[in-house]
Amino acid sequence: MFSFFFKRVALVVPTFIGITLLVFTLIRLIPGDPVEALSGERGMTEERYHRLIHEFGLDRPLPVQYADYVWKALHGDLGVSVITHEPVFSEFMARFPATVELSVVAMLLAVAIGLPAGIVAAVKRNTAWDYSVMGASLTGYSMPIFWWGLLLILFFSVWLGWTPVSGRIAIQYDIAPITGFMLVDSLLAADKGAFRSALSHLILPAIVLGTIPLAVIARMTRSSMLEVLREDYVRTARAKGAGRVRVVAIHALRNALIPVVTVIGLQVGSLLAGAILTETIFSWPGIGKWLVEAIHRRDYAAVQGGILMTATIIIGVNLIVDVLYGVINPRIRHA
Amino acid sequence: MNLRRTLKATAAIALVATCGAAVAAKTLVYCSEGSPEGFNPQFFTTGTTADASSVPIYDRLVEFEIGTTNIVPGLAESWSVDRDGTSYTFKLRKGVKFHSNSHFTPTRDLNADDVLFSYNRMADPNHPYAKVTPGQTYSYFDDMGMKDIVDHVEKVDPMTVRFVLKKQEAPFVADMAMDFASILSAEYADKMMAAKTPEIVDREPIGTGPFQFVSYQKDAVIRYKAFDQHWSGRPKIDNLVFAITTDASVRYAKLKTGECQVMAFPKPADVALMKTDPNITLVQQNGLNVGYIAFNIEKKPFDSKLVRQALNMATNKKAILDNVFQGAGQVAKNPIPPTLWSYNDRVQDYPYDPVKAKAMLAQAGYPNGVDVDLWYLPVTRPYNPDGKRMAELIQADWEKVGVHAKLITYEWGEYRKRSKAGEQQSIMYGWSGDNGDPDNFFVPLLGCAAVKGGGNVARWCDKEFESLIQMAKLATRQGDRAGFYAKAQVIVHEEAPWIPIAHSVRFDPVRKEVTGYKMDATAHHYFDKVDITGQ
Amino acid sequence: MTTAAAIATPAALPAPATELWRAFRRNRGAVAGLGFVVLLMLFALLANVIAPYSPSEQFRDATLARPSLTPIGGHVFLLGTDEVGRDILSRLIHGTRLSLVIGLVSVSLSLSGGVLLGLVAGFHRGRAAEFTIMRAMDVLLALPSLLLAVAVVAVLGPGLANAMYAIAIVMLPHFVRLTRGAVLGELAKDYVAASRLAGASTARLMFDTVLPNCAAPLIVQATLGFSSAILDAAALGFLGLGAQPPTPEWGSMLASALEFIQSAWWVVTLPGLAILLTVLAFNLTGDGLRDALDPKLKT
Repeated sequence: MFSFFFKRVALVVPTFIGITLLVFTLIRLIPGDPVEALSGERGMTEERYHRLIHEFGLDRPLPVQYADYVWKALHGDLGVSVITHEPVFSEFMARFPATVELSVVAMLLAVAIGLPAGIVAAVKRNTAWDYSVMGASLTGYSMPIFWWGLLLILFFSVWLGWTPVSGRIAIQYDIAPITGFMLVDSLLAADKGAFRSALSHLILPAIVLGTIPLAVIARMTRSSMLEVLREDYVRTARAKGAGRVRVVAIHALRNALIPVVTVIGLQVGSLLAGAILTETIFSWPGIGKWLVEAIHRRDYAAVQGGILMTATIIIGVNLIVDVLYGVINPRIRHA
Repeated sequence: MNLRRTLKATAAIALVATCGAAVAAKTLVYCSEGSPEGFNPQFFTTGTTADASSVPIYDRLVEFEIGTTNIVPGLAESWSVDRDGTSYTFKLRKGVKFHSNSHFTPTRDLNADDVLFSYNRMADPNHPYAKVTPGQTYSYFDDMGMKDIVDHVEKVDPMTVRFVLKKQEAPFVADMAMDFASILSAEYADKMMAAKTPEIVDREPIGTGPFQFVSYQKDAVIRYKAFDQHWSGRPKIDNLVFAITTDASVRYAKLKTGECQVMAFPKPADVALMKTDPNITLVQQNGLNVGYIAFNIEKKPFDSKLVRQALNMATNKKAILDNVFQGAGQVAKNPIPPTLWSYNDRVQDYPYDPVKAKAMLAQAGYPNGVDVDLWYLPVTRPYNPDGKRMAELIQADWEKVGVHAKLITYEWGEYRKRSKAGEQQSIMYGWSGDNGDPDNFFVPLLGCAAVKGGGNVARWCDKEFESLIQMAKLATRQGDRAGFYAKAQVIVHEEAPWIPIAHSVRFDPVRKEVTGYKMDATAHHYFDKVDITGQ
Repeated sequence: MTTAAAIATPAALPAPATELWRAFRRNRGAVAGLGFVVLLMLFALLANVIAPYSPSEQFRDATLARPSLTPIGGHVFLLGTDEVGRDILSRLIHGTRLSLVIGLVSVSLSLSGGVLLGLVAGFHRGRAAEFTIMRAMDVLLALPSLLLAVAVVAVLGPGLANAMYAIAIVMLPHFVRLTRGAVLGELAKDYVAASRLAGASTARLMFDTVLPNCAAPLIVQATLGFSSAILDAAALGFLGLGAQPPTPEWGSMLASALEFIQSAWWVVTLPGLAILLTVLAFNLTGDGLRDALDPKLKT
């Protein structure tokens, strides 16, 4: 068991090195430097330009800059944002809970709807149920999610007025950010109005973000269930007289869920990608929007630190999923 | 006995508190266009940051009279300048109070120490507060060249400060009204330095302004509350909230539903809709900026005045205004906007006359036209919403008189760098005013020193013009200075190193419940004199 | 089963074409998808003929016109006009060309690069080449795809061509992994050992022998890659980083959509619908291909 775990972790190390190299190179390839980007028509005095370049360490040779970046990162120091002069780590953590809250709720929705839908489609194969579930998920899969978000805003916020247009909570609620998750914090503050407001602000972005994972989970569950339902041991269980529901719920589901768990884990990466677009449309103050802006403004430190954090999280989740998969499926562990 | 008294007092306070809470607090929500970079206006130059920091939280020695570029007293009741014009003495207002927060309660009113601290922090590289966070610089202080203007500041007495200048610089007073010249609390700074947490001064700001900083949720909400003891009177609203909403259409949607009462920077397309909305009042103001096409007189054919004047006549400015600005602009005929004092309205703009233009080109020696390069802006600027579109229109206009323009652009940083080096033939550019002083336009854009410095992209140096703007720098009476600038504008018009295209017009949409909202000549948003009915 | 595998001869093409078509035809959804794809190709090829107007011509007196059959100023705008008066129907038709080109270019680049790297990785199992390539692909996969694309476009500059390169880079790891996996599977088989004994060189083995047998999953992935390329290009266009105005790329048509969400719903709905239908068509086709090729894959 442990050797499996360690092997997995060991593979992560070169990936990390690769990520740092990629991010470091990429941001420096963007034309113009961050100091230039700071000045407007007025331009900057030569002296101030060189002083700033020196302070950001941009006048040192590239390998030195890279080593400095990696060394500091290993010690938890991700540098200081070029724009705000605040530590990148605190800028990241200030916005991260918003993205996490959105992603978690989106994933919960995706699983809560996708899983049963996939099961139903598998069990009622080739019926209207099956076709509608598969059709809906294929559509969800094929839609540009920013368009989907715009349509939902148009319909629910503008025409029906059921949901708010943007933001995390109505302005009048000043909730102390204890955890950073608006739903949790409003409960902690025992403010029912705030909780309802936070929920109504969360629902539309969560639906938009969760659409693709929902579609993927539904399809995956269906095909996985179908495979399992065909297996010999299921036929045996049925032959033995086990009820349909029992067969499905206990025998089939357990085995069918294995690949689905993997898929859920893999969706984390796509959630973060989708978060960029969702946060843009719904003015959701998360890291997706922040990172894209940092790239535009050549905030070297923010991009290097922010992408490193994001990649760490994705790798971490993938690692956990791999290990979990190994735990659930003993065949993999001993492969 | 004492216990009873305490209980009575507590009960009384509780009663008052509940009564106070029963009167609903007036809250104004402003939908802003972006997150502030920080809360110390000394470090940053963007309008977004100024709106969130220097405007509500701080005051300055002098201020701009709202809606104009005239200087009026602020924290300084009065000021005088000596005969030489090199020494400015400011008498501070008495009884000005600072804010307090969880870290700090002021024990004294504003005095000269605060002014000295605020200035020396920027000027003295060895000041304990000069380098509190890495990468922090005093952008505007450096860019306005304060180091070369001011020699030092001295405290004449606890309520009087004197700035001793290295040379005569009449615009100096206007510089003191700028955001970077906001006055910070020296007492707060000392206390935070002693507590070994100096960065709190910049993160949880204390000022003398009409609103106190309460909290900031990154990228989402900034909260302020009214400062009861502000020297010009308590604001009428109790709470001020900035709802950071980066998309203009979403801001408009929020304005319509009443989620915010004022919004920033509407899209031109939405402005037309707002004009017909009974719930929204559109306040408008001319921008303190100018967008122009500059001719590099060092390169043919733009060394010829006839050619430059001809192209002025060949360009259909009205079409550009309609198409590119969609109503959010005003035709420019001078390098400075009409809001700026000394604007010479008597100058007659070149009429749109392509026939005459063609004749003039022939007269200049180009009867069959000529090929030129036209650089256009790759980014949106306050004075130019769409450089490419503008360039296409101009290209079509010039084509009609035989001038074939090749459109070229570079990435913004490249664009600036190359234009400084003078690689352009004709170039689209612009400028936003910093301190509401005409000097701030003429010197960096058309002065001789700016040819080498790079800001004068027409690379035009005219002796008569130069002497006029230098004399305006030395004169101390505004009337005299205005006279010099008025003459300077006539020269610019005649020599035509530019085609001045437009000054932007800014619209601030405000819900009808909001009264007393006035727009500033700079792009700041002021809420201290605003009231809301029905709340 | 095993005997069938032992005597199965490696085919030069994935499967006899007629058998494939017959299996494919059974899936009605897939056929519909393929039909739509063919229709799109026709639109793309005949855009200049079919589209009623030029995609960049502005009708100043008919801005934000609703979709209708009644003419404005003598012109009929079946699907309405956008904010500067350009006919949306014409822009959508010309946009088809762009979308197909985007899919084609991105997928070709990604496919060729991915196959090459995957072959190398597969053939050099356990050696440095495989390690470097697979770790590099892990790096690419560790970053959210859109973020990586945004970063690449920031380096290269906004524009449709650069967006296509960025998308190709983002899709690369999938092709590499797929190829390597398939190669590893094939390498274990007898016919490869036989070829090696016969003296075939590595290169010959790679391209003539093994690759054709891996083609099935690659073709499916390529078809699905078409749809994700179109979606990614639309996302980049939406963020202002892809096609620049006035190019009638569907995603950048949506970029200004937020503005008109309340006043002109057709500007918002129609380009998105076009993207949806196109991507759906490619996905249906890809799924149909996969199902049709499936039995072949199992052997």
